[in-house]
Amino acid sequence: MANRSPAAPKRDPRPGPVMEFVHRQRRGAELFLLILSLAVGLGAYASVGLGTEGHIPTNMYVYGGWLTALILAAHVTIRYRAAYADPILLPIVAALNGLGVAMIHRIDIARQINNPDVRAFATSQLIWMTLGVLLFIAVLVLLRDHRRLQAFTYTAGFGAVVLLLLPLLPGIGKNINGARIWIHLGPLSFQPGEIAKLLLVVAFAGYLVLYRDSLALAGRRVLFIDLPRGRDLGPILAMWLISLGILVFQNDLGSSLLFFGMFLVMLYVATERPGWLVVGGALFAVGAYFGYLTAGHVQQRVEYWLDPFGHPDDATQIINGLYGMAWGGLTGRGLGLGSPEKTPYSYSDFILPSFGEELGLTGVVAIILLYALLVERALRTALICRDNFGKLIATGLGVVFALQVFVVVGGVTKLIPLTGLTTPFLSQGGSSLVANWVIIALLLRISDQARRPPPEFSEAPDDLPGFADDATQVVKLR
Amino acid sequence: MNRPIRNLAVACLVLFLALIANASYLQFFEADSLTSLSENPRNSRVSEAAFAAPRGDILVNGKAIASSEPSGDRYEFQRVYKSGPEYANVVGFFGRGLIGGLEASQNDYLTGEAPELFVNRLGDLLTNKPPAGGNVVLTLNAKAQKAAYQALGELGKNVRAAAVAIEPKTGKILAMVSNPGFNPAALASHDFAKARAAYDRLKPDSRTSPLNNVAIEEALPPGSTFKLVTAAAALSSGDYQPDTLVDGSRILDFRDTTSDLGNHNGQACGPNNKVTLIRALEISCNVAFASVGIKVGQDALRQQAEKFGFNAADPYFTDLDDSLTKQSTSVFPSDIAAVSSLGYSSIGQFSVAATPLQMAMVAAGIANDGKVMKPYLVNEIRSADLDVVKSFDKELYSQAVSPSVADQLTSMMVSVVDNGTGSNAQIPGVQVAGKTGTAQTGVSGQKPYAWFVSFAPADDPEVAVAVVVMDTAAAARRGCGADVDCEGGISGNEMAAPIARAVMEAVVNQ
Repeated sequence: MANRSPAAPKRDPRPGPVMEFVHRQRRGAELFLLILSLAVGLGAYASVGLGTEGHIPTNMYVYGGWLTALILAAHVTIRYRAAYADPILLPIVAALNGLGVAMIHRIDIARQINNPDVRAFATSQLIWMTLGVLLFIAVLVLLRDHRRLQAFTYTAGFGAVVLLLLPLLPGIGKNINGARIWIHLGPLSFQPGEIAKLLLVVAFAGYLVLYRDSLALAGRRVLFIDLPRGRDLGPILAMWLISLGILVFQNDLGSSLLFFGMFLVMLYVATERPGWLVVGGALFAVGAYFGYLTAGHVQQRVEYWLDPFGHPDDATQIINGLYGMAWGGLTGRGLGLGSPEKTPYSYSDFILPSFGEELGLTGVVAIILLYALLVERALRTALICRDNFGKLIATGLGVVFALQVFVVVGGVTKLIPLTGLTTPFLSQGGSSLVANWVIIALLLRISDQARRPPPEFSEAPDDLPGFADDATQVVKLR
Repeated sequence: MNRPIRNLAVACLVLFLALIANASYLQFFEADSLTSLSENPRNSRVSEAAFAAPRGDILVNGKAIASSEPSGDRYEFQRVYKSGPEYANVVGFFGRGLIGGLEASQNDYLTGEAPELFVNRLGDLLTNKPPAGGNVVLTLNAKAQKAAYQALGELGKNVRAAAVAIEPKTGKILAMVSNPGFNPAALASHDFAKARAAYDRLKPDSRTSPLNNVAIEEALPPGSTFKLVTAAAALSSGDYQPDTLVDGSRILDFRDTTSDLGNHNGQACGPNNKVTLIRALEISCNVAFASVGIKVGQDALRQQAEKFGFNAADPYFTDLDDSLTKQSTSVFPSDIAAVSSLGYSSIGQFSVAATPLQMAMVAAGIANDGKVMKPYLVNEIRSADLDVVKSFDKELYSQAVSPSVADQLTSMMVSVVDNGTGSNAQIPGVQVAGKTGTAQTGVSGQKPYAWFVSFAPADDPEVAVAVVVMDTAAAARRGCGADVDCEGGISGNEMAAPIARAVMEAVVNQ
């Protein structure tokens, strides 16, 4: 429990000894799952070679060794620095990332048939993954306790705003595909929004931990719902305006929706008041309608969503994605045996239809379940976390994944209007991959804290999880 | 804070379930329609995969005019058209993203996806053979088709023209050629850039593209060939017999217009400005048929035309209908306001328009004791093992005229060929019934269309033919030197009748 929070677990007023479940480290389980994940990633890479060129890729050993080394490094770091961390998160991420690199490599091959001079995205993706894993390790090594981040609440908020504004600066900001969300520094380019996502979660969590009581207090009750007080609407209005700004000035519907949804959900969790969801939902509806009226591309997206086949020359991307998924059917054409490259951006925004085409509904459902499992593990971490700050961060990060996956996968499968967002860990794109690895590191750090028995017993030589030891667990040293 | 988190977990679960449900709908329930070439012709994944699958043959008289042969490249099978352009407008073409004609309209049979072929497909699956497509057997007669193709080909590439031959008793289409043709093999090339370039060279969006099948896609003023319909209406009314004397003046003076209706040669059609109906047809007397049409009335004329197939709301011939080919409806206008317009309509001008197929049906109807049969092109569907899985039977479209009127019309048409304007259609030893047409195009500066409709033998018809030559000026310029008056050669008898004769000979003499 964070030192600033009111003492004692809220739902368990009993003082003294409690029977509490003690988590085991489960590092062996993690290793076993990682071997399965590696088998998935490397198997996919090998079958891409078999499907496209008829033999296992010539650089299989180099790539296989590299991927294994990265995953093992991450695993070893967890063993030493976060021994109680959730054992499922890393295997999920390793499987997704391996699948992503394999698919990007598969589309590289198709792209290079048409034009041998195009850059291979898979190589750079692997380099970005390496950087991501290095930062993952750095976070776990340097950040021994996630609560230290609470000191950076306002710094993180300020940093997020700066990062979000950067693409608008002339000179380094760049308009790509209509959205102004990129910055260019020399040969490097990245989407600062991906880093801002992480900083915003930290800033929101810090802010809400401090002010949750006042936000949760008085309000009016309308139709069974407690609506918040007008004077408390400040932060939500500010966040709403920032989201609208992203939509209007950066033409980025996806990020706008993501940031606002994330804030709203964290507000709801912090205050336990569904009224905020009602207010926020109403604001979102107003903002979305405003965006629909003012931004031409939003209307276009909605039209293409409602009737893509009525715009056969313009909605080619979504149509091609649907064709690809239908072509894949239940079991897919097999890796390397479809034509995912027909869909524009089949290696980034539309990577899921590429999987749908080559691995079929089976593969798509498996990938969606991996994401569901990832979100579930994040929310579970939030549930068992002992401090509110950690709870809020874990919730925020979990929900970010859920929203992002829903928005992008729903968009490319014509469930909702299409908005440009990356598919976490699968899509080609450095900023997103690196940011997501850091997010996973943070989640693991929080879950390590949450699952770890209190310090005085974790050091004990007796590693039998006896109930007797738990008798003193309510003692709080920190 | 745990209760909201648990709620959120449920909400996230709902989101993911929605994604899975949607993906299942897309990849399982909707997949069939998204991967059907007829519903989504632009799905290039399917059209490309179709290259890798063997396609059934299209057969004429037991010979494959379209077939799939191993290609040795990554698409495995190459579509081969052994007869080149001869059947192009009927068979169509099958390339990547390029599909037309029977290849498009019979696609489900050719790929084997049609329900009739389900058992065969299942058999292939069980015996682990690659799934084979069905074969489409056409009604075409190879000799008639060849004769039509060669005769039209002599007109040259700049002359748009068409010939259609029908078996009167059944409605089977024996020949259908549109000139200029195109080579379907070029469009089926596995060098997709080349195929696309060949396709673009055919200017598919232009009305005059060789891809357009003049025989069914062009509704043109039928001119004097329409006098058969007017004569049919007149004889059916009971007020006329072939020897009834009708107005044969030099000119028909309409009081409501300045454009009086005159005869081709500017002369009266008979002594005392009178002419018998049969003589009027022999010499194609405009004034006679305009006045007869006016007397019979527009309702009787329209009803007669509609019995032959004009103004058909739902097309009677759909074998070739696909995304590219749209059959034109032949038109006899409704509510003709002016008497002059009715006069011109009676001789196949004004707003009257007919496809060559329609005019062939008029001839075939007269030939078949007044019974117009629905024209059809696909005779049978056979499995890869040549078992018949579906066959198409003759079907009556309408009784256009009574058998006795049909007999009268037949003898009048025989007289046209023997004693009148249709002399070029004569076949030694065979009685031919025919009618010429030289239709004003309605476009200033454009020479008239040359028409000929006919059937033979007159006493027991085996074939009915309609021929139209559109660019008669270009056709006349061919084969005539500076000292020959080419303009004089533009007429149905000069240009269209020899083509019709060639097709009839091919059927009758075989």
